[in-house]
Amino acid sequence: MEKVKLLKIYRKMLEIRRFEEKLYSLFLTGIVPGTMHQYIGQEAIAVGVCENLRENDYITTTHRGHGHYLAKGAPLKELMAELFAKKTGCCRGMGGSMHIAKLSSGILGGGGIVGAGIPIACGAALSAKIRKKGQIVACFFGDGAVNTGAFHEGVNLAAVWKLPIIFVCENNLYAFSTPIKEAVAIENIAERARGYGIPGIAVNGNDVLEVYEIAYQAIKKAREGRGPTLIECKTYRYKGHARFDPGTYRPREEVEEWLRKDPLVLYQRKLIEMGIIDEKKSEEIEQEVRKSIEEAIKFAKASPEPDIKNSLEYVYA
Amino acid sequence: MPEIKQIDTIAEALREALREEMQRDPAVILLGEDIGEFGGAFQVTRGLIKEFGKERVRNTPISETAIIGTAIGAALTGMRPVAEIQYADFLTCCMDQIVNQAAKIRLMTGGQAKVPIVIRAQVGSATRGAQHGQSVEAWFMHTPGLKVAVPSTPYEAKGLLKMAIRDDNPVMFFEHKLLYGSRSPGGKLKGTEGAVTTVKPAPYEEYTIPFGKADVKKEGKDVTVVATLLMVHKALRVAERLEKEEGISVEVIDPCTLVPLDEETILNSVKKTGRLVVISEDCTRGGVGSEIAAIVAEKALDFLDAPIKRVGALNTPIPFAPNVEKHVIPSEERIFLAIKEVLSS
Repeated sequence: MEKVKLLKIYRKMLEIRRFEEKLYSLFLTGIVPGTMHQYIGQEAIAVGVCENLRENDYITTTHRGHGHYLAKGAPLKELMAELFAKKTGCCRGMGGSMHIAKLSSGILGGGGIVGAGIPIACGAALSAKIRKKGQIVACFFGDGAVNTGAFHEGVNLAAVWKLPIIFVCENNLYAFSTPIKEAVAIENIAERARGYGIPGIAVNGNDVLEVYEIAYQAIKKAREGRGPTLIECKTYRYKGHARFDPGTYRPREEVEEWLRKDPLVLYQRKLIEMGIIDEKKSEEIEQEVRKSIEEAIKFAKASPEPDIKNSLEYVYA
Repeated sequence: MPEIKQIDTIAEALREALREEMQRDPAVILLGEDIGEFGGAFQVTRGLIKEFGKERVRNTPISETAIIGTAIGAALTGMRPVAEIQYADFLTCCMDQIVNQAAKIRLMTGGQAKVPIVIRAQVGSATRGAQHGQSVEAWFMHTPGLKVAVPSTPYEAKGLLKMAIRDDNPVMFFEHKLLYGSRSPGGKLKGTEGAVTTVKPAPYEEYTIPFGKADVKKEGKDVTVVATLLMVHKALRVAERLEKEEGISVEVIDPCTLVPLDEETILNSVKKTGRLVVISEDCTRGGVGSEIAAIVAEKALDFLDAPIKRVGALNTPIPFAPNVEKHVIPSEERIFLAIKEVLSS
């Protein structure tokens, strides 16, 4: 992989990390309303997958969607403004953290209903297949989604119809507070793929280059009309399920073990070993990222709220 | 003058609407269970797979969530899917995709997305018991973001379906299983007491019917009857009887779409007659009639000379035993008595 690409991946991962950290502190000050589900710890997956996508490819995301939005290349300041519930937000302040979408960037939307995005992603893939534009769909969901009927119906249909889609399961080991062992009786979720007649691969979701490589193969296959793949990315979320959740149901040793496998730290170390990055370059990127986030906050703060006079504006097209 | 061939069954009118729209717009695709070679449980899509191919007429597994989810995803990316849910009772299996997704996506995306899907499903009770006979229109009237169409004749079936396909919003399109007029594969003609399927045939020529425009099926001056689907036909027969036997002049209004609802036509009629009976086949509590009655009570109370009367199904799941089912569903006798009651006060 060329240097520019390696650096782009690093910058993107850092951007998601710093965005989420900053957002967390903004929530604590009370300036940002609602709730939020943070992506910290899972950055390698969104970035590893989306770096393989073209601008007109589609993704569907989840309630934990900030990382996917940024990885797909949609404007950061519009995401910030959305979380501030401002009219300049990507969804005009009508969606909020759980329902992030940016259609012009191919981000079809997230949502508060676990698993529901899976059949919708299949529909986008069907559309891509019929319109023959060579597009593919990356469908993101968590380990919690794999026990919904929507997962079963969607993956099965995609397999039967050989749709151009990849299913990316981010297995962060907990569905809200429920550990994966209490919800799934197999070792790897990827094994379920066999039941649908498609390939399933379990990867280290904290290794961005491994995710990138496996996603590359799966996307190539999908684009060539050879059907879907299920990729299970093993990872961990650093924060609780949502803003209010301290995540105390997780053993401290487990948390510490995963913190030692931080995807951003691991990748930075690798780039240093490869001679791609040094302390100076690293600091330079850090400053760029922080600056763009600060600018986004300024933009969001200065933006107007949605106009209540138009409260019915978005019910019907 | 040469005779113009017309379509006198709803099944054929719907098929013609699908055919014309698929010919007109390559973005229109069909999804549903048994809609391929078999032609749909009520034969609406018969022959379309031959004409348009498997890519556009997509027979699906029994996966209602996947059918509607797939329709939504395709709609978000430029297609205009028409999904068939075999029985309206099965809509519960994909309720999340309809209510939380299709209906909310436009708002949640701040107007970026549109979801031009049509969900066809048939309602109405016809000796199939509780899970193949409920009328569920009111659930969807209660969901902002959806439109609801209820055609009662071949003319409306074709014009409204063509309009629904061109609409940029999700449309729930309810057909009544006793009004199709189509032969089942076994050869039995589907039809029942009160089903006058040829009331208004559909021409083969191009036309659409705008949503939110009620059709006055019969003009009258003594009492306003608002009825939907099969109840339009029952109301018309009762109206005929009342006129003949008692000289009572009944106005029968078919709203054609419940969302949007043509309030103006209904209110104007009530202002003229001073009396209102609302007839629908869904159960009465929280039903179609409740909403229409509430609107009239809010906006035209001063014009009413008698309390509003709702005639709907009894508040029970649909039972199997034909005699009990018949008792539960609004009968012509019940409609007759309701109109008389409203006129006597």
